[in-house]
Amino acid sequence: MPLLDIKNLSVEFTTRAGTFRAVDGIDLTVDEGEVVGIVGESGSGKSVTSLAVMGLLGSNGRVVADRMMFGGRDLLTMPAAQRRKITGKDVAMVFQEPMTSLNPCFTVGFQIMETLRVHEGLSGKALRNRAIALLEQVGIPAPETRLSAFPHQLSGGMNQRVMIAIAIACNPRLLVADEPTTALDVTIQKQILDLLVQLQRERGMALILITHDMGVVAETAQRVVVMYAGQVAETRPVQSLFERPRHPYTGALLDALPERALGKRRLPTIPGMVPGIADRPAGCLFSPRCRFADARCRAERPALFDVDDGRARCFYPLPDGHPAAGEAL
Amino acid sequence: MSIQTEPHIFEASAGNSVVLEARDLRKHYAVKRGAFKPMATVKALDGVSFRLQAGKTLAVVGESGCGKSTLARSVTMIEPPSSGELLYDGREVVGRSAAEMKELRRTVQMVFQNPYGSLNPRKTVGSILTEPLVINTAMDKHERRDRAVAMMGKVGLRPDQVDRYPHMFSGGQRQRIAIARALMLNPRVVVADEPVSALDVSIQAQVLNLMMDLQEELNLAYLFISHDLSVVRHIADSLMVMYLGKPVEHGAKDVVFSRPRHPYTRILLAATPRVNPDLRMDRVVPKGELPSPLNPPPGCSFHKRCPFATERCSAEVPPLRTVDERLVACHYAEQMD
Repeated sequence: MPLLDIKNLSVEFTTRAGTFRAVDGIDLTVDEGEVVGIVGESGSGKSVTSLAVMGLLGSNGRVVADRMMFGGRDLLTMPAAQRRKITGKDVAMVFQEPMTSLNPCFTVGFQIMETLRVHEGLSGKALRNRAIALLEQVGIPAPETRLSAFPHQLSGGMNQRVMIAIAIACNPRLLVADEPTTALDVTIQKQILDLLVQLQRERGMALILITHDMGVVAETAQRVVVMYAGQVAETRPVQSLFERPRHPYTGALLDALPERALGKRRLPTIPGMVPGIADRPAGCLFSPRCRFADARCRAERPALFDVDDGRARCFYPLPDGHPAAGEAL
Repeated sequence: MSIQTEPHIFEASAGNSVVLEARDLRKHYAVKRGAFKPMATVKALDGVSFRLQAGKTLAVVGESGCGKSTLARSVTMIEPPSSGELLYDGREVVGRSAAEMKELRRTVQMVFQNPYGSLNPRKTVGSILTEPLVINTAMDKHERRDRAVAMMGKVGLRPDQVDRYPHMFSGGQRQRIAIARALMLNPRVVVADEPVSALDVSIQAQVLNLMMDLQEELNLAYLFISHDLSVVRHIADSLMVMYLGKPVEHGAKDVVFSRPRHPYTRILLAATPRVNPDLRMDRVVPKGELPSPLNPPPGCSFHKRCPFATERCSAEVPPLRTVDERLVACHYAEQMD
């Protein structure tokens, strides 16, 4: 049985312009100790998905799902008080901007100990020692003295380490990291990703890594979920996804990477934009931008079909992993 | 070639005219550390020299705090350098009168990182694009508008969008507006400070293509500031890697990328996440973080994070010298294979 098992999850927001479906019927399973990467461009619904899993959506976000199980317990029917006991303990989250997600008015020591006090009931010397041990684990030098530091006294990388320390404080079974390295420099990004993977291995923790950076996913995840406009476009094991993408969107996204265009001067681009609230097409959501789309794609919404070792939401999955090579747009 | 006579300047190739030259550019800031402590000096830019040729792109890479943005501010004459020379078409910039500076400023324009913050939300695209013409030229209203509309076509925006406001555009379109604004005065040099790092991959590709097309058409020289090495590898002709205000490696793109000789360049390359597993490099794990520029370590400023550092590195500042077709500031550059 998977650790996290989500079926047909949708999240709707009520805005003045009407109801907007940010996440549209996604399935997501994460096994114990597995690293799943969720990639997508801005507006693809990847962050909203993670907030729904955490139960952190605001009151205007409506979560609907056929099934939402964590460790065999139903998150949908669970009373709020019980859900709060899981959030931050068994499922923990690392947010994108360490500078803004830590509270500037409290020391980092207080913020780490708060988690331990609430979930584990620790106090006094034991509490302090656990906090020091955690800071040490996430690679912060001189942890005893750092406990009394405020977030503004630490660098972005150090603050992200503190965030990770808070997240792993109660030995979570699932860690959700939402763009954990986007605001950081590459060398610091490398250190933080190495730290996350090392903790994940040591503790057998499952990790959901949400990012827009294909390189980060390719190096870190075992299985990848590609999201587009609130839906899962493709889900595959990491190696085969990057070698032979089957969904035209994944293929086009990979081809737009400068890393893959060595030698070619012009980068292949994806025309148009992600559809917004008002302009969702009737058929496949990617059809207005897809160069393989035909009448069927424009009229009918494809389901997630089985392909190779995963699934892709496309009537005509790419045969060889590349949109017809050399074609100029 | 001038490499022998001026060892601190790397010249990419002969032929094209040099539009911008910086010689030993320095920018030092005095900062207060508290009421009773003496003022300290931050050497944000500490001896940077380069030549930029028409139609070429020089990429400046490095982590935050390495002096990239200070370099952009000095080159665009937003702030005068503390010392050093800056020459546009061979004309010295520092020490000119205000009127002459105004004239010189037209030759260099800037594109900023965040297209959401760099466009005034209360102005239409038309007035954003014509403002440089109002300030710098004697054109009348109709001429200005015609120029704005023509420029919009050039950067891939529709002429009927001229009366729209920035919030009505997507991030990629806004960056097109920012590029159009930078080109209104026909500059010879465009300084682009992280122009695509706020954009999604597919949009990033569109903007990079546009920048390369415009470069070809208008023979523009780009000073392209970025932290993303895969973008740099795609767009640059030459590359300058900076660390704590100083260039540590400077040379032709292919030379530096295929055989990096400074440990910091190697670490940056190794730390860049790759999609293709074959391109991933041996994991030189970076130690620690950028030291405070208020209190840089003695000797080589990188030695505390360098996996190859010896005693010599903590005592002696390595000079920038020519090794294997590029400039590099490392005592052991010859051994880095």
